[in-house]
Amino acid sequence: MYKSISLFLLVACVACDSTAGDTLQHRKPITVLPDSNNAGLKLPNGFSALKVAENMGRARHIAVNQQGDIYVKLERKLNGNGIMYLRDLNKDGRTEEVNGFGNYTGTGIAIHKGYLYASSDEEVFRYKLNDKGEVENREAPEKIITGLINRRQHASKSITLDNNGNIYVNIGAFSNSCQEKDRQTGSMGMNPCPILDSAGGVWQFKANVLNQTYANGVRYATGLRNVVGLDWNTQTNKLFVTQHGRDQLNNLFPQYYDDKANAELPAETMYEINPGDNAGWPYAYFDNQQNKLILAPEYGGDGKKAPTTSFKVPDMAFPAHMAPNALLFYTGNQFPARYKNGAFIAFHGSWNRFPLPQEGFYVAFIPFENGKPTGKWEVFANGFSGVEVVNNLRAVAHRPCGLAQGPDGSLYVSDDNKGSIFRIMYQGNQ
Amino acid sequence: MKRNMIERIANCYSAFLLTGTLLLSFTAKGQTTTLEASMQRGKTIYVQRCVACHQPDGGGVPHMNPPLDGASAVKGKDKFRLIQVIVKGMTDRVEIDGEFYSNNMAPHADLTDQQVADVLTYIRNNWSNKAGAVTPAEVKAARAKLK
Repeated sequence: MYKSISLFLLVACVACDSTAGDTLQHRKPITVLPDSNNAGLKLPNGFSALKVAENMGRARHIAVNQQGDIYVKLERKLNGNGIMYLRDLNKDGRTEEVNGFGNYTGTGIAIHKGYLYASSDEEVFRYKLNDKGEVENREAPEKIITGLINRRQHASKSITLDNNGNIYVNIGAFSNSCQEKDRQTGSMGMNPCPILDSAGGVWQFKANVLNQTYANGVRYATGLRNVVGLDWNTQTNKLFVTQHGRDQLNNLFPQYYDDKANAELPAETMYEINPGDNAGWPYAYFDNQQNKLILAPEYGGDGKKAPTTSFKVPDMAFPAHMAPNALLFYTGNQFPARYKNGAFIAFHGSWNRFPLPQEGFYVAFIPFENGKPTGKWEVFANGFSGVEVVNNLRAVAHRPCGLAQGPDGSLYVSDDNKGSIFRIMYQGNQ
Repeated sequence: MKRNMIERIANCYSAFLLTGTLLLSFTAKGQTTTLEASMQRGKTIYVQRCVACHQPDGGGVPHMNPPLDGASAVKGKDKFRLIQVIVKGMTDRVEIDGEFYSNNMAPHADLTDQQVADVLTYIRNNWSNKAGAVTPAEVKAARAKLK
C-alpha cells in the first residue's frame, strides 16, 4: 500500500515537473524509478536509490559522462579488461550494455574537459572522448605519467584535475608508519623517512604532456600516508584530500596503547591543501580526542608528546580506521540547497578496530560554508555492509569505494567488494 | 585340555585386546588433550599478534590481508613454509588461492618454538580447518634451515 502511494506521488511529481517549464529548469524531471527497497540503503528523507549494475568486479573509482553513462576503474581485470563502460540504453537508470577496455588494473578515473583519465598503480593514461562521451580509441590511450612507485601497499593512484591544466596524483606510502621493519612490534621509524622522496604525498603533473616521470612532476603536498579520496574544489580553487591514518598502535606499541586506544586513534583526516603542505606522516598523527597532533611512537612518542616540528592540522577529523576512499564536492542542483558545494566521502570501512566492532561502510556528508568545512559531518547513505554490526570483514556485502556526480545531479557510489554501482536521487520537496 | 587351551588363548587374546584398547584410548586422549592445550595457547598468541589483520573468523580483509580459514597453504602439508612466514614475515607479491593481497606481514621471530607451534596448531585446527598440529621440534628444525 505504502509503496503504491509513493509510486503514485512519484509519477505525479514527474508529471508536474515536466510541465513546469523554465521556472523549474534546474530540476530535471526524473523518469528513473528507485528500487522498491532503495537498493538496501538507508537515506535521509526524500532520497531514494537504485542499483545501477551488479557484479562489476573490484569497482574502484567511477566517472559519469554527460550522457549518464558510467566508466568504472577495476582493481582486477574482469573478462580481460581494466575499465568497464556501462550504458543505460532505455534510460531507466539501469545498465543494459557493458563494454570493457584497458589492459591495466588500478583505482583512479576521472572525466575532465573532453578526456577520460585513468590510472594503473604505476601510470596515468588519457583517452579523447567524442561528443557522445565515448572513448574514441580504446586501444591507444595517451600515456601522460609513467614510473610511479608501486610496492603493493597503498598502491592506488587516485587522481583529480584542476581547471588550469594540472592533474593531481596520490602516491601512497608503501608502509604503515615508516618503521625499519614494516608492522613489526617495537620497530622504530626511519629518520628521515626515505619513503617520502617518492611516495606519501600528492604529486602534480601536467594533464596534457606525455610520458612525464617524477622528474617532471611537483611534490604538491607531503606527509600524507595514503590519500585515496581527493577532489578539486572548483568553488575555492583548492585541492582537498582525505587521508587513511596509520594502523596498529596497540600491536606495535602495546606499552602506550591498549586495544580501545587503537580502535579510536588516530583520526582519519581531511585537508585543504596548499602547495608545499606537510601533514606529518610518519612523524606525527592527529589525535581526535586530545584534539592535537601527537608524536608517533616510532619517533619517540608515548601517546601524549606533541611533535617538535610543526605540521599541518587537519580541517576535519573522523573516527579512526574508517578508510575514506573517495571525496566528491557536490555541484549539482538535484539535491536540496544545503548539499551544494558540500563534500561527500565514501568510507570503505575499517578492519583495524578489534575487539571493538568495525566502523564506516557508509557515505558521509560534510556541510561547507564559504568554501570551508563547518566541522560537522553526518552519515548520508548507510546500509552497504548488509549487517547491523561488523565484527568480521568477510561478513560485509558492499564497501563504498568511489563517488561520481551524474549530469542530472544524482550521486553514484561504487562498491569494490561485490561490484555494485548505486545511484542516489532526491525526489522530495526542496 | 584342548578346551582349556582355547579358553586360555581366548582369555589372553581378550586381555590383549583390552590392554590394546586401553592403550589406544589413552594415547588418543593424550593427543586430544595436547592439541587442545596447544590451541588454547595458540589462541592467546593469535589475539595478540594476528587477529587485527586476519580477523576473528580467520576470514582476512579482502584484497589486503589473506584469509586463514580455508586457505590451502594453512591446511596443507608444507609446514616449513608456514613456519617461515611466521618467523620471517612476508612482503612478496604472491598469489594466494587466486587472489593478491597488499599488506606486508611482519616477522614474528621473537616467538619461541613452542609459541610458533601453538599459533600454527591453532590456525590449522580452528574454524573449518582440520589439518593437525605443528610441534616445537618441527619449528626448531625449520628454524635451523632458515638461518
